[in-house]
Amino acid sequence: MTSIISFRDATKVFPGRGRGQDVRAVDGVTLDVRAGEIFGVIGYSGAGKSTLVRLINALERVTSGDVVVDGVPLASLGEARLRPVRAGIGMIFQQFNLLASRTVAGNVAYPLEVAGWSRARRAARVAELLDFVGIGEKAGAYPSTLSGGQKQRVGIARALATEPRILLADEATSALDPETTQDVLALLQRVNRELGITVVVITHEMDVVRSICHRVAVMEHGQVVEVGDAYQVFSAPGHEVTRRFVETALRDRPSSAVLARLRKRHAGRIVTVGVDEVAGSSAVLTRVLREHGVDGTVVYGGITEVAERPYGSLTVELVGGGGAVEGAVAALRAVTSVADHGTAAHPAPDAGPVTPPGKETKR
Amino acid sequence: MTWDRLGPLLWEAFGQTAYMVLITLVVGGFFGLVLGLGLYLTRPGNLLAHRVVFAVLNVAVNVVRPVPFIIFLVALGPLTRLFVGRIIGIEAFTFSMCFMASFVFARLVEQNLVTIDPGVVEAARAMGASPLRIVRTVLIPEALAPLILGYTFLFVGVLDMSAIGGYLGAGGLGDFAIVYGYRQYDWAVTAVVVVIIVLIVQVVQALGNRLARRALRR
Repeated sequence: MTSIISFRDATKVFPGRGRGQDVRAVDGVTLDVRAGEIFGVIGYSGAGKSTLVRLINALERVTSGDVVVDGVPLASLGEARLRPVRAGIGMIFQQFNLLASRTVAGNVAYPLEVAGWSRARRAARVAELLDFVGIGEKAGAYPSTLSGGQKQRVGIARALATEPRILLADEATSALDPETTQDVLALLQRVNRELGITVVVITHEMDVVRSICHRVAVMEHGQVVEVGDAYQVFSAPGHEVTRRFVETALRDRPSSAVLARLRKRHAGRIVTVGVDEVAGSSAVLTRVLREHGVDGTVVYGGITEVAERPYGSLTVELVGGGGAVEGAVAALRAVTSVADHGTAAHPAPDAGPVTPPGKETKR
Repeated sequence: MTWDRLGPLLWEAFGQTAYMVLITLVVGGFFGLVLGLGLYLTRPGNLLAHRVVFAVLNVAVNVVRPVPFIIFLVALGPLTRLFVGRIIGIEAFTFSMCFMASFVFARLVEQNLVTIDPGVVEAARAMGASPLRIVRTVLIPEALAPLILGYTFLFVGVLDMSAIGGYLGAGGLGDFAIVYGYRQYDWAVTAVVVVIIVLIVQVVQALGNRLARRALRR
């Protein structure tokens, strides 16, 4: 796959106000977004991700370095030359940013007017777009009468109007409730699959990355601290920030408080076994326990999907005679990540109860 | 004096006021809109951010606006002579009114534009719209209702200004009330003029409110 967006040591510095210090919102980012993928940029607020995405359509200009979009280096272009580039990139926003003075149809027609389409072609295209996002019946309504989800659908229709190759989504679901978020994410996925549009998603919600992103970049203090396949980044987070995000998305690992309660209820050996596509599945767990004659009871955990592949962990209480439990744990370690919490009588506090399995396999 | 004689004079005064006010609304409204847009657009961080232009416009508006109009009239004398050719008469007076109204309206326009969500402007930029197009298709339509109300407010202010037209021999309703009412101790004449002015203001305000409400269908 070829890269459609290419950051080359891109840096954006905002001059400090008054005597304030300069802010390096984006600090030497080198990154490639491949054509046809859904690329996620995740980070806490202030990490610079909103500025990063605005470098792509030059709403913000780089201070140094460059951003190459579809083969065009943006840093050297003047404001007037940038306008056609922007028109070829759709963008949706957290607060939707619809024109209150225009109807739904009027909003979707806006970029077509900018692009100089005739009235008749505009009308046909608007109808087609509203149909695609599923709000055809709202064409004559004003934005103030719409729900958040409907507003974002209008935003998406508007962003797609001029048939862009790239769609930028700046916290597009952050103002929506969980159910509506899923609808909008599904729509973004359709945009990617059916129209072949490259989507760049900015978010602070790991759930968004987990649901739709193929690849992800993690940002902190204006820098990309980790980038890669969404599944890989999830299962083997290499940076502290990534680890914190992973924990927010997957609550399958027992915290120390949970572990204390588990030990009260279960006297046997407690281990957390990683479940993922690469390192094994719950079928492996069942087989190993049977082979070693060990009884296993699932006491905590969960398996979900990351980038449409299974991912999670199960915490089980193991009970067996002799060295059977030791043998089973050793056999499990050979195929997947295992965090051994010990027994209630002999707890193993160093097992790292909240450590994702990927980190263990890496050691 | 009887109303037989006053009637035509009052009608003439009304015509003079209408002349001053309407010309000022058109000319002052136009330049006020341009100046207000200039203030908004050149403000640091906005579409055409320009520190120097913004500072000049901002200071100009701040200097002109608080000057009492009756003093402004005199102070503007040299400029009035330059543009109109004389410093008294209805044309000279109307020139001064246009000047003051532009600066008053500029601030009103700017204050209304500032309330527009910058995100909407950013969205238009992201779609490749030029600054001029954004002014035409985003800023003015989005702020239309408050702009109409601001314009209505300007009307009342302009009517107020026109009342001292007598000082420069421009006539008008204010002059009529002073010459034939106040100076003749004829309170009835003054009262009639007051009633006429109140009625005009009421009608225009009602019209402005209605138009603004229609613009606000959202």
